[in-house]
Amino acid sequence: MADLPNIDFKRIEIPKMPNLQRGSLAAIIAGLVVVMAGFSTLYQVQPEEVGVVLRFGRFVRTTEPGLRAKIPFAEEVRKVPVQRQLKQEFGFRTVEAGIQTQYAETTRDLAGEAVMLTGDLNVAVVEWIVQYRVDDPYLYLFKVRNLEETFRAMNEAVMREVVGDRTVTEVVTVGRQDIEAQVGLRLQEMANQYEMGIAIDQVVLQDVNPPDPVKPSWDEVSQAQQQRDRMINEAQAEFNRVIPRARGEAQQAILQAEGYALDRTNRAEGDSARFTAIYTEYRLAPEVTRKRLYLETMQRVIPKVGRKLYVDENTTGVLPLLSLDGTATRPTADSATGGN
Amino acid sequence: MNRATTIQLIILLGIVFLMGQATYTVSETEQVIITQFGEPVGDPVTSPGLHFKVPFVQKINVFDNRFLEWDGNPNQVPTRDRRFILVDTYARWRITDPLLFFQRLRDERGAQSRLDDILDGETRNAVAQHNLIELVRSTNRNAEDVQIESEEEEVILEALELGRQAIQTEILETAAGRTSDLGIELLDLRLKRINYVTEVQQDVFARMIAERQRVAEEFRSEGQGEAARIDGERELELAIIQSEAYRIAEELRGKADATATAVYAEAYNRDPDFYAFTKSMETYEQTMDGETLFILGTDSEFMRFFDGDR
Repeated sequence: MADLPNIDFKRIEIPKMPNLQRGSLAAIIAGLVVVMAGFSTLYQVQPEEVGVVLRFGRFVRTTEPGLRAKIPFAEEVRKVPVQRQLKQEFGFRTVEAGIQTQYAETTRDLAGEAVMLTGDLNVAVVEWIVQYRVDDPYLYLFKVRNLEETFRAMNEAVMREVVGDRTVTEVVTVGRQDIEAQVGLRLQEMANQYEMGIAIDQVVLQDVNPPDPVKPSWDEVSQAQQQRDRMINEAQAEFNRVIPRARGEAQQAILQAEGYALDRTNRAEGDSARFTAIYTEYRLAPEVTRKRLYLETMQRVIPKVGRKLYVDENTTGVLPLLSLDGTATRPTADSATGGN
Repeated sequence: MNRATTIQLIILLGIVFLMGQATYTVSETEQVIITQFGEPVGDPVTSPGLHFKVPFVQKINVFDNRFLEWDGNPNQVPTRDRRFILVDTYARWRITDPLLFFQRLRDERGAQSRLDDILDGETRNAVAQHNLIELVRSTNRNAEDVQIESEEEEVILEALELGRQAIQTEILETAAGRTSDLGIELLDLRLKRINYVTEVQQDVFARMIAERQRVAEEFRSEGQGEAARIDGERELELAIIQSEAYRIAEELRGKADATATAVYAEAYNRDPDFYAFTKSMETYEQTMDGETLFILGTDSEFMRFFDGDR
């Protein structure tokens, strides 16, 4: 480069450039080293986390949230979200939580998680979630490989164990809370045994159903239950409709009978009083009173009668000539003559 | 200058390389065996941190220190009561003697395949020796605590010989006996899933449906029965009310009739003949109307005078 004399500009530049380059390169490298050292020294722990510091792979300390420092290159940090509530879902998956949460379509695998045998050897489909927290970051990080998978397997085993002790009816209807509590307890026991460093917050059963092909018959049962109630209610209603009315009608019949009784005795007394009164007078002049009563009656009766026939006792031959309409001629004649 | 720095650099790199060869780190999750030309040297290194070894000659073999997973394949196994089920198990295990482990199994892949043999085999044996109910239930239930809706559910009350947990422990113990000389400790074994094979499942569903239908029928019949009882009660009540009312009413009427009869008898008995006379008169008056044909003989009391002298 020095044997290019015709360019002044270059000649000046040549000795200077390497100097400049060397200086700035060193500065850049130094800067980079500082930045890298800074980056590998300082780290931030988020409010919900703790930092677990390892020196050459050995656990040395945990650090609280904030800006923290460590020895560069020798130490590394693992952050564990101890305050965050973690969740596992079984039998279904939330795709996107929100006001209207989206769920993944139920696949064979998902269904497999939820199908289990009950204690009466029937089948139930139980979906549930478990909420848990990291309790001991050291155990959580270093004691169990594939902790999440392990935890899921535990869940499936424990849920089936608990459900396996109950009838399908209990599982689907009344046993929910009991199952949740039991599963929670046993999961915690096992998590301790496995040294997982997690605390179970709660187990919550979601949809618990009989298997799909069996569902209609379960609906039929609740339908039948309602039918039973309806039939009983209807019968009771009929009872209530009829009986109080019958009571009232019975009262009415009794009151009517009382009325009849009163009527009957009063009339009897009235009639007898009248008879007694007449009789008292009659005894004073029996012959004449009797005739008078007879004739007075005739006087009232005969004008009302439609047809009258006066027959001499010697001319009885006229009777066969009469065209009678066949109604009670003789009795009338009899009764007429019976007045004697 | 340039050459000097190059040499310096090379020396530095050499030192770094040597350091790299002479040291190694063991993390919290690891344990290490040092081998020298393939032959294990010294005790396994289990304490985490920075360690030294002879560079180039010694090699480190890393093993996991944590609880490891084993997940069985769903096996189709018949139970003692000849029900075909799919059994899925999982186990937790740990390398407790890395040297032994290294010698017997070399790596985890070897271990997993050996565990497959042992655990699947033991699970099959255990399942085949027990009834299904023993594999499903763990504890005996008190008859008072269980609501039984149908006969089928009564299996829940059968007494267990062992139960699920005991069988799990049994499998674990026999398997643990077979893994102890492999440098492995079995921590736990669980029956994860037990399901009916598809054909059996259809039968079970059919049975469940039949069972539900029976329960439904029972409810309906219960409803009908109860309704019939209430109907009967209603009819009885109605009969009681109506007949009692009838009795009381008739008693009242009867008494009244009796009283009336006594009153009449007392009055009319003074002169029965006169009573007959007056009553007849009254009756004539009431019974004769425009339709009546009245034939009067001249010999009657009424017409007596019409006939002239008599």
